[in-house]
Amino acid sequence: MLRRIHSLPALIATLLLVVLAISGALLSVDPVIERIGSTVPGNGQISVAMLAERVAPHFPGAEQIQRSPSGAIIVYYSRDGETGAERIDPTNGQSIGLYAPSAFTRWVKNLHRSFFAGTAGRAVAGTSALTMLVLCLSGMALLVKRVGGWRQLVHPLRGNFSQRWHAELGRIAVFGLLLSALTGLYMSAATFGLISDGTRDEPDFPSATTAGPAKSIGTLPALQRTDLNDLRELVYPSPENPDDVYSLRTAHGDGYVDQATGALLSWQAHDGVHRAHELIYQLHTGQGGLWWLALLLGLSALSVPLMGATGVTMWWQRRRLRPRIANNSGSQSADSVILVGSESNSTWGFATALHDALHEAGQRVHTAPMNQLATQYRQAKHLFILTSTYADGDAPSSANRFLARLDKFSESHRPSFAVLGFGDRQFPKFCQFARDTQAALLARGWQQSLDLDTIDRQSSQEFSHWGRAVGRLLGRELTLTYTHKPPHTQALELIRRIDYGTQVQAPTSILRFGPIAPKSRFARIARRIGFNGLPRFEAGDLVGIVPPGSPVPRFYSLASGSKDGFLEICVRKHPQGLCSGMLHDLQPGQRIDAFIQPNPGFRPASGKAPVILIGAGAGIGPLAGFIRNNTGKYPMYLYWGGRDPASDFLYEPELGEYLADRRLTELHAVFSRVKEGAYVQHRVLDNATEIRGLIEEGAQILVCGSRAMAASIMQALDGILSPIDLDVRALKLQGRYREDVFG
Amino acid sequence: MNKIMLSLCLAGAIALPGLAQARPVTLTTQLKSYGGNGAYLAIYLTNSTGQYQKTLWVSGKKTKHYKNLRDWARGSGLKPAEVDGVSGASVGSGRALKVTVDIADALIDAGYEIRVDSAVEDGRDNPADVRTPLTTLGAGKPATGRGYVQSFIYDM
Repeated sequence: MLRRIHSLPALIATLLLVVLAISGALLSVDPVIERIGSTVPGNGQISVAMLAERVAPHFPGAEQIQRSPSGAIIVYYSRDGETGAERIDPTNGQSIGLYAPSAFTRWVKNLHRSFFAGTAGRAVAGTSALTMLVLCLSGMALLVKRVGGWRQLVHPLRGNFSQRWHAELGRIAVFGLLLSALTGLYMSAATFGLISDGTRDEPDFPSATTAGPAKSIGTLPALQRTDLNDLRELVYPSPENPDDVYSLRTAHGDGYVDQATGALLSWQAHDGVHRAHELIYQLHTGQGGLWWLALLLGLSALSVPLMGATGVTMWWQRRRLRPRIANNSGSQSADSVILVGSESNSTWGFATALHDALHEAGQRVHTAPMNQLATQYRQAKHLFILTSTYADGDAPSSANRFLARLDKFSESHRPSFAVLGFGDRQFPKFCQFARDTQAALLARGWQQSLDLDTIDRQSSQEFSHWGRAVGRLLGRELTLTYTHKPPHTQALELIRRIDYGTQVQAPTSILRFGPIAPKSRFARIARRIGFNGLPRFEAGDLVGIVPPGSPVPRFYSLASGSKDGFLEICVRKHPQGLCSGMLHDLQPGQRIDAFIQPNPGFRPASGKAPVILIGAGAGIGPLAGFIRNNTGKYPMYLYWGGRDPASDFLYEPELGEYLADRRLTELHAVFSRVKEGAYVQHRVLDNATEIRGLIEEGAQILVCGSRAMAASIMQALDGILSPIDLDVRALKLQGRYREDVFG
Repeated sequence: MNKIMLSLCLAGAIALPGLAQARPVTLTTQLKSYGGNGAYLAIYLTNSTGQYQKTLWVSGKKTKHYKNLRDWARGSGLKPAEVDGVSGASVGSGRALKVTVDIADALIDAGYEIRVDSAVEDGRDNPADVRTPLTTLGAGKPATGRGYVQSFIYDM
């Protein structure tokens, strides 16, 4: 919801806001330039009367003296029937040059306040200020939520390029932008008369003036009493009209001055509303001595184009990842509801097939992630839940709030449900989350229409078999066909391989791939201007590689980010491994076809909290990638187990480098095939006190390696945490314990 | 007391002939290319002693800038009734304003004067930018402005 409040107005108003920001930044330079070009005397040094006396010999036809907020003095005069305006040195009354307001500044100012579109344009500018206010507040709330509290806001941020820069710029510029938006909104409201600005009350023109010869301007008491720095404007009386008076505007009020006596007439002091208006005006424009504020606001405004670009990029990235469903009905009008729990979007393919088949059969179908469970489905008779399981029986990312939401579901409008689990039978907790979901629904008294069914390794046969059961339930033929969409792969070339572990029967290679040489001219140009030819990925994401002779891709955790300029994986060769065998046979220059599967859950979180990385064997890959990217030098602790330092100490030289430049705080490498050998969980237990301390500080734990190792680590940590009433399960719920396990 | 009586009589003298006979007069105000935002203009009638009589036309929508049309603002007292039905948009730099208003016959060749006050944002105020007598002979002869107005002509 908060995100929608943030991104919807932003998407609509980005272009307008960028125009306002750039024009505002240009205008912010003006107060500085004006300030540099004018001499401002100290308070009490020059009175308006003195200035007028000094001006008189040089400009006998003076009609008007203005003091700009930055202190420049301008005299308007007429001479021989022609009018002119010149800037004046207040110390001697002499001209220091023609006064010609910059046409460029005027152009920018008109763009800034009305987009050259008059009143309608002013309304748009005002609405944009309101939008900016909403964006600042919602953006701040989102950022606080993301980093986990106000106090975390001052610490360095993590995330992909757009996310990091958007947040980084945002937290710096938000104060300037908020001030600009608030004051701009006020000025717009004042322009449209929605709030009073106190500037419309004019003093009444004096009803009677003293007859008599006009006194010399330098002797008029009212002008002698007015300090030059308080002057706004002095208008001379018309020379043809002896009854006319001087009109005087100052910082404190407005009134008239009698030519004959120099007395102040009809004085009207500014009220609080007027003073507030002037202050807000100054805060927005930086005029009147606030040139430094103007520069700060201008710099803040310059962040807007960058925030716009990164913001739109983030929105696009999120949108691209969201599966699109044709003919999706509203949640309250649908006859059937399909909820999807998926970590990497693969389950969505099946959900789409079911959706299309039900739609074909004349049903109104609503499909959504499990996290978007409504509080009721008024029309729905059937609820189908299709879900995978994350890691060791956990909810996948699109379902991690499902069980909490379930408690808020209305007792009355409950459709009958059927759960279909997706997974791989090789893993011990096959379809665990699907089972948990089924149990949770049954425990709350929901009616089950079909017993839990499972789909092993994306089997189309099992899926269409389940489809026939759904058809019987609906009383009509239903054909569910799921066709594997071949993933969109890209060719990559092996550029380097380092082999380890052959002597200890654990042949493991660090394989580094690069983009293939660009073929088209366009690709060559793109490469030259910084596109490195790799898809977008980060360490911890997965690369899918389809081995020859199997339709099912194998996934490897990435040990590098696309920013590193290469794609690196750490692969152990399995005796009968189809894919690992193929990879181990690769020689530099040979190619593979690969695609990226994002795995955003397995990544160090933002904030200064320490990160404990635990792995064994080839599981070091993504962990090494996290350390390589830890340029912010956050505390990172690596526990890793190998067999023999002489043979399979993966990444040994790099880890030494990372320790030296503090990207890695501590390295605990342990080996099993040496004297007094041990496994990584033993080293973890040895350092129980330190680890417990780190977890109490808020540390996050990332585990990568074999399933057996992950189980031992979990057991070890549960032991370590029991004295402080914590366990791995609790850490998982807080998102502080993440695993990437295989085999 | 005497002053008030005099004013009342004058007001009657203008209003009554107005009921009797009036003719359309086209006012053309050509502005200089001063290169600024649109100019606010007030075109009005004064009597032979320079006292404000009647508003003919006001250019510019924002009433808060009206005070910068100084002489006219003082004379008219900025009463909304004075501007009612005789106002339009401000006039851009180098542009011309052409409007037709009805002027009572009794005011022509009777010592009255047409004046134009002009003002531009971030520029200067020009009270009596243009002054020209309202006479049958003067019709069609351009008067020169001293401020933002290049020339002013009235045709009847």
